[in-house]
Amino acid sequence: MSWFKSDREKYAALATAWVLPEPSRCVQCGVCSFNCPIEIDVRRHVWLGEPVKDSRCLTCGECIKRCPRGLLRFEPIAATHGGRARGGR
Amino acid sequence: MGRRHVLIGMGPGAIAAAEAIRSADAGAEIVVVGADRHGYYSRPGLAYYLAKEIPEKWLHPLSAEGLAGLDLTIVNERADGIDTKAHRVMLESGRELVYDRLLIATGSTAIPAKVPGAELDGVVKLDDLDDANDIIRRSAGAKGAVVVGGGITALEIVEGLHAHGVHVDYFMRQDRYWKNVLSETESHVVEQELGGRGVRVHNYTELAGILGRDGRVAAVATGDGKRIPCDLVAVAIGVHARIELARAAGLACGRGILVDEYLRSSDEDVYAAGDVAEPVDHGTGLRTMEVLWNSAVRKGRTAGLNMATEPVRAYETGIPLNVTRLAGLKTTIIGSVGSGGRDADLEGLQRGDSQTWSELGDAVAIEAQTHGARVRLAVGERALAGAVVMGDQSLSFPLQDLIQARADVGSIAADLKAAGASIAELVEGRWREWREQLA
Ligand SMILES: Cc1cc2nc3c(=O)[nH]c(=O)nc-3n(C[C@H](O)[C@H](O)[C@H](O)COP(=O)(O)OP(=O)(O)OC[C@H]3O[C@@H](n4cnc5c(N)ncnc54)[C@H](O)[C@@H]3O)c2cc1C
Ligand code: SF4
Ligand code: SF4
Repeated sequence: MSWFKSDREKYAALATAWVLPEPSRCVQCGVCSFNCPIEIDVRRHVWLGEPVKDSRCLTCGECIKRCPRGLLRFEPIAATHGGRARGGR
Repeated sequence: MGRRHVLIGMGPGAIAAAEAIRSADAGAEIVVVGADRHGYYSRPGLAYYLAKEIPEKWLHPLSAEGLAGLDLTIVNERADGIDTKAHRVMLESGRELVYDRLLIATGSTAIPAKVPGAELDGVVKLDDLDDANDIIRRSAGAKGAVVVGGGITALEIVEGLHAHGVHVDYFMRQDRYWKNVLSETESHVVEQELGGRGVRVHNYTELAGILGRDGRVAAVATGDGKRIPCDLVAVAIGVHARIELARAAGLACGRGILVDEYLRSSDEDVYAAGDVAEPVDHGTGLRTMEVLWNSAVRKGRTAGLNMATEPVRAYETGIPLNVTRLAGLKTTIIGSVGSGGRDADLEGLQRGDSQTWSELGDAVAIEAQTHGARVRLAVGERALAGAVVMGDQSLSFPLQDLIQARADVGSIAADLKAAGASIAELVEGRWREWREQLA
């Protein structure tokens, strides 16, 4: 599984991965959106069952780290088959 | 003119239903009646708000534009009655709303303590944002609090009070925390974490009464005759579904509102969703209650679609899942993991709970420490019945897939049960195979 661990992985993530949620675990608490340094509404992406496709995403990993339920992760873009998260609508 | 839908409640059940109705019928009229003056917000998020991890305004998932986009009429009042024959909802102001289809998604509410002194000022609960703000306000200047109850909400209150600098005495009636769902080791890990934070855990301790001075909490009395001074008493002994409206309207109710597979109540124009709905679990054939955010959303979407069209989509109870933090440890609970029976600290279901977790299966329990996580699996003959993952959550994702799909794990079952088995490798290996088979 592609969990974000080091700077090296971060740069790799930037090129090839986006933040992918597991929507069935989300309780819309807002911790991810609150902690995103550029105020991307990560929570809304999760509700819609979509990866964070926002081109402004820095892949800083802050939302991933802060989500109290650990449901966000970096996933290679190619692996998400057109960008629908599991269980998304 | 489209159909007129009235939705009672402003939680995830009602909001998900409103979205589903709007996406199926652009011309429908949708009126949402909600008694909470704060509107729609994340109740599970209250725990993080209490723990000072998130400011209040971030609890609201939908921006004003998001709500406007759904083109709803919001009525911020309590519904006081339903006349199913006349298709009318009576509001506390005396106004009446006419409906073609009605959704009841009134959620659940905390069961109050039944001990002498329970009515004193300073006895608190955590149902909604007003309660969270009440706890925060009372924490300022409070020296000590006693928390009674079990499961997730009790711990969330313990952590919230601790974050506000209040010393906490936590009472539980039995030898350990959340006994009918967690294993002995898991309970002890949680209790040790609490102890490490300075929370005093009292096992085998019964709250016998709350003692007051000038109408305010001053101390509690325990079953074995001790007196512990405190300024606050928090009660989290479980919840019950808010079925009063439905029952008074003559709808069939059990613990919740009895609904068919389409989430229709005993009246064909009235649906129910969220915590308050009591559908049949097709796996067991029995009626089941869930107090889970995601289940509320799925029920809301199903009911909304059926209300907007005709009853076409059946609700699948599925295998429940919750992720929570127990004394700081991320914990995922999936499927049947319990020891059977009920928890002496809880009088009903609790928040973030499903009946399934405490059901006794004929599976064999395997517990191991692996990759920064404590993992427990309930291994049946061919499928995994459930799992608990505490700590690093990596393994919880493959486990969720395998358990919820009831995937065949016969090929690894014997190896999993062998002494010193490498659970992570076995599970991940089987999961990869299963994914390849799916693709
Ligand atoms: C502190 C806390 C922690 C939780 N933690 C978790 C968790 O970790 N995981 C999880 O999955 N779930 C958790 N939950 C449970 C989850 O929030 C609920 O399952 C979910 O909110 C249920 O949604 P609902 O739409 O059925 O009802 P609710 O969200 O309860 O909303 C019902 C709404 O109806 C309104 N209402 C009630 N009666 C009337 C009336 N007569 N007229 C008008 N309005 C009325 C209420 O004011 C309320 O706004 C938690 C809940 C709480 C309170
Ligand atoms: S922090 Fe996690 S649980 Fe909370 S809204 Fe974001 S993704 Fe959902
Ligand atoms: S990775 Fe960073 S920039 Fe991208 S959505 Fe998450 S917090 Fe925001």
